[in-house]
Amino acid sequence: MMRWIAPFRSAFGRPMGSVAGGWLVFLIAVAVLAPVLTPYDYDVQNLANAKMPPDAAHWMGTDEFGRDLLTRILYGARTSLTVSTVSIGLSLMAGLTLGAAAAYFGGWFDRVVTTVVDLTWSFPEILIALILVAIIGPGTTGTMVAIAVAYLAQFTRLTRAQILSLKSETYIEAARSLGASHKHLLFRHLIPNALAPVLVAAMLATGDAIILEATLGFFGLGAQPPTPSWGAMMSSGAAQLFSAPWIILLPGLALTLTVIAINLFGDALISALDIRTKLRDA
Amino acid sequence: MLGFIIKRSLLLIPVFFAASIVAFLLIHLVPGDPVDSLLTVGSPPEQRQILTERYGLDKPLVVQYGIWIWGVLQGDLGTAIIMRRPVADLMADALPHSIALGASAFIFYTVIGVSLGVTAAIFRDRWPDRAIMTGVLFGSTLPSFWLGLLLMLVFSVWLGWLPVSGARGASSLVLPVLTIGLGGTALVARITRVAMVETQRKDFVMLLHAKGMHPLRIQLLRVLHHALIPVVTILALRIGFVLGGAITVEVVFARPGIGTLLIRGIMQHDYPVVQACLLMLSTAVILGTFLGDVLQALMDPRARASLT
Repeated sequence: MMRWIAPFRSAFGRPMGSVAGGWLVFLIAVAVLAPVLTPYDYDVQNLANAKMPPDAAHWMGTDEFGRDLLTRILYGARTSLTVSTVSIGLSLMAGLTLGAAAAYFGGWFDRVVTTVVDLTWSFPEILIALILVAIIGPGTTGTMVAIAVAYLAQFTRLTRAQILSLKSETYIEAARSLGASHKHLLFRHLIPNALAPVLVAAMLATGDAIILEATLGFFGLGAQPPTPSWGAMMSSGAAQLFSAPWIILLPGLALTLTVIAINLFGDALISALDIRTKLRDA
Repeated sequence: MLGFIIKRSLLLIPVFFAASIVAFLLIHLVPGDPVDSLLTVGSPPEQRQILTERYGLDKPLVVQYGIWIWGVLQGDLGTAIIMRRPVADLMADALPHSIALGASAFIFYTVIGVSLGVTAAIFRDRWPDRAIMTGVLFGSTLPSFWLGLLLMLVFSVWLGWLPVSGARGASSLVLPVLTIGLGGTALVARITRVAMVETQRKDFVMLLHAKGMHPLRIQLLRVLHHALIPVVTILALRIGFVLGGAITVEVVFARPGIGTLLIRGIMQHDYPVVQACLLMLSTAVILGTFLGDVLQALMDPRARASLT
């Protein structure tokens, strides 16, 4: 357990890491506590109060339906954070399994996996996600699966590269000569040692997933109303760009700060774990 | 070298067919079909059957794919079912807009990105490096549709310098190019800096310093020359994404182009349009990868050995 806590502590110890990590902890806290923190409901419309600029009652103003923008940003954080972490989690697990199996067993299975992975790389992620959402249907589930599949290639590739380089290490050879089973080698030696760079890549990908979720939301394909999502807020705000620019500026700012924080914290983790070269080789 | 190019180009054929199968299958997996959009409420069921037969949608998927790919190989992309025009015409209308945007953005981020990366590497760990790398971090994390709207707000709404959207004249290109360009600049600058910094540590650079060559000459002539290999490779790969990378920006700025055509096609289930757009985008990426590999092999003899 200490093995996994130490790098986080070290990352928080760096100046950039502490600011970035602090913002992420703060964001998760306010997202969880949203119902307690705000007196407003995220979905009760009050058209008389529409498009009010920020003031004492509505710290971030109101949107085109008179709903408190700060409240919607807080609830939007829930959507963004859940969708991105669940989808990257799914993608990570599938990618680890596929990549490890491909590298370990080699042969035709490896060739099929590599070919499919290379093939999905010839389409931009947003394109894969767009079409998958069209297939599964718009909404939170569709978005999660779409993002998970869009990033599958990256994790498979990275895991495969890690396992391939570990496979020829002497300690693996030693374990094998002592009669270790495939299962023992994979789950006790190879995957745990390959995990650090893949987990950091997953952390960085979570930032990209937040952007992808927002982009799908912007196209109207993400979480469906009344669930607030940052992307959908900006999409409806785009029509109010002239009269109420804060509707689009503030959710975008929350999103940008979050993605920057994830990147900075990921960077601090990379330094703490000393895995910069491993990430680049894949 | 010629042997490498021939071997590498033979590999293009199976990849192209695999990509065409993906392009064909994806849109057929989307629930609903184009006939739904053509029928009006209350039209008789025979009508549906006539239409389904007319567009060959009643045949098995394998046969439909065969007919389509046979046409494509002969240069016939088919006719759009909903938009009712030859797909080739639709593409011909959309492509110039996408290429103008993609190519301008590509030139923009290549020039600015390489210059910033070189500057950062020369001033490694001093303030210009830190300033540039902080800028790069922001550039790479801003979501493109938000950046686009932000630029629109500042330059079109508040300052009134540039048109909000559309594709009339060169001035309407400025904001979309900036939107794509800033993200691309970040990537290119980062790769250039890493490649430069790695080269700076090589023995031959130390030797040049020991021989008393001017440090700036070393950086700009020798280090940059050596560091350009990975940069050129990545840029060649990006050429393939020039068209596909602009989808979001095209939608935000309401520009006609392959991206908007593709999204319209997906929404309307216009199979021939979507298939053609997807095939076109993936072919661009496949050719970009090919170009990257060939350029790398030209510049770096070690890479030639990898494909034997």
